[in-house]
Amino acid sequence: MLIKIAKPSDLRESDVTPESVYLSRRRFMGGMAGLGAGLALSGRAKASADYSDVPNGDAPAWLQGKIDASRRRAIVPDDPEKDAIAPFGDASGYNNFYEFGTGKSDPARHADGLETQPWSVVIDGEVNNGGRFNLEDFASPSRFEERIYRLRCVEAWSMVIPWLGISLADVIKRAEPTSKARYVRFETLVDPEQMPGQRSSFSLIDWPYVEGLRLDEAMHPLTLLALGMYGRELPNQNGAPLRLVVPWKYGFKSIKSIVRISLVEEQPVNSWQRIAAEEYGFYANVNPQVDHPRWSQATERRLPNSLFNPNTIDTRMFNGYADEVAEMYAGMDLRKHF
Amino acid sequence: MAAQRKWQLWRIGVFLAALAPLALWSWQVAHNAAGPEPGRYLLLNIGLGGLWMLLLTLSLTPLTKLTRWKGFALIRRQLGLWTLAYATLHLLSYALFILGLDWAMLGSELVKRPYIVVGMLALIGLTALGATSNRWSMRRLGKRWKLLHKLSYPILGLILLHFFWGVRADLGEWFLYATAAALIMATRLPPVARRLPRLRQRLIST
Repeated sequence: MLIKIAKPSDLRESDVTPESVYLSRRRFMGGMAGLGAGLALSGRAKASADYSDVPNGDAPAWLQGKIDASRRRAIVPDDPEKDAIAPFGDASGYNNFYEFGTGKSDPARHADGLETQPWSVVIDGEVNNGGRFNLEDFASPSRFEERIYRLRCVEAWSMVIPWLGISLADVIKRAEPTSKARYVRFETLVDPEQMPGQRSSFSLIDWPYVEGLRLDEAMHPLTLLALGMYGRELPNQNGAPLRLVVPWKYGFKSIKSIVRISLVEEQPVNSWQRIAAEEYGFYANVNPQVDHPRWSQATERRLPNSLFNPNTIDTRMFNGYADEVAEMYAGMDLRKHF
Repeated sequence: MAAQRKWQLWRIGVFLAALAPLALWSWQVAHNAAGPEPGRYLLLNIGLGGLWMLLLTLSLTPLTKLTRWKGFALIRRQLGLWTLAYATLHLLSYALFILGLDWAMLGSELVKRPYIVVGMLALIGLTALGATSNRWSMRRLGKRWKLLHKLSYPILGLILLHFFWGVRADLGEWFLYATAAALIMATRLPPVARRLPRLRQRLIST
């Protein structure tokens, strides 16, 4: 039986930005993509209608169909003025995806060649219904939702991004976890041929990139498996074709280009924790009171910013999602479990 | 007279070349070609530019020994001062573009973050060298001037440490700079330094 309790993140009619306001912002956001791409797109899918400055993707038919049929603006920020969506060019041109290099523009430069079709995801570990699924079978049973989340990077910058995807909870329920399952472990693709960062002999990351969540975090309704953003499929540099988005945690938890999801008994050691356990913990909840040893986490630079206005804002506990998620950490010492 | 003009042009050419990266990055920022965080773009590029300047400055002595070309010695002070200029702009970028001139934050960050302290020490050292990069100081300090300016070696070490501490996941780029620094410093080891002029003879005769 499903009992539906309204969460503060649920969509209310009053949350919806009036289209006129929204469109005026889109115009303001500046022509990254140019008018040509916008015109080419306008005859197409409804889902992409709001993002007329976003260049056309190359989604397979099934994925385009899911995007077109998605529930628009299922979750939006409380204050759409303050949390204005970042321009697509910034969200897809300023990435940390070390498989493609450590520079912020490296992923956009090097991820083009990543082959994302076909793609399969392995679900294994403590589940009754595991196996290898092709992406279409994996994602199709759920209706896509568009969710506009703040993304707070551990490097003290943030952007607001409209994701498209499915609840991780749906996927986990379908996999039927056994009673032993307590954590979820994720793995990114390993393919040095396609991923130049994995060919570096000086990389401190022990590939594959690994992330993990506690089962209740993974089952939380805010936790998203994204297949798209800005009304289209994910650009490769943003973690195509399947990535995690956990909006109350630092961005590095939101693992990209996922090939394996394992339900496990023991707490996984995530990649950053393995490199520097004193700097990056397992939980990595956004927390303005616990500094990174090398910089303060009390504030963040909301991007895009400009030279003489760093656009510094106060970082909020759990990235502003405390009402929804804080109870999961009740009684925990967040200084210790950072 | 003609020779003097030639060296003048050489110096001006070096000056413009050292200025060019700053002009390019500024142009990129002005034309929105520096990404969504232009301040950080400037910060990192200028910092790396400063390291380049110091490495170039320190290559001039071995290059002179190797080639006996007068031009290298003529630009040493200039490149040294460029190192100081880049380092100063690097700190200014941090204070201005990253911290937004939040002085309290700057104060606490300077004390709390070891890699910033190390960078600051390097900048203080460079300032001392810059302040004494004139004939008057050379005369006043005499032999001690040379000793003082050997501070550039530990400063190079501090800068590499500052860089190393900033690295998060891949040491490849850092390793390239560290290797270049090690090679340049190796030419100052007496056995190597003695051989440089001889190496030159051999290069000429072949």
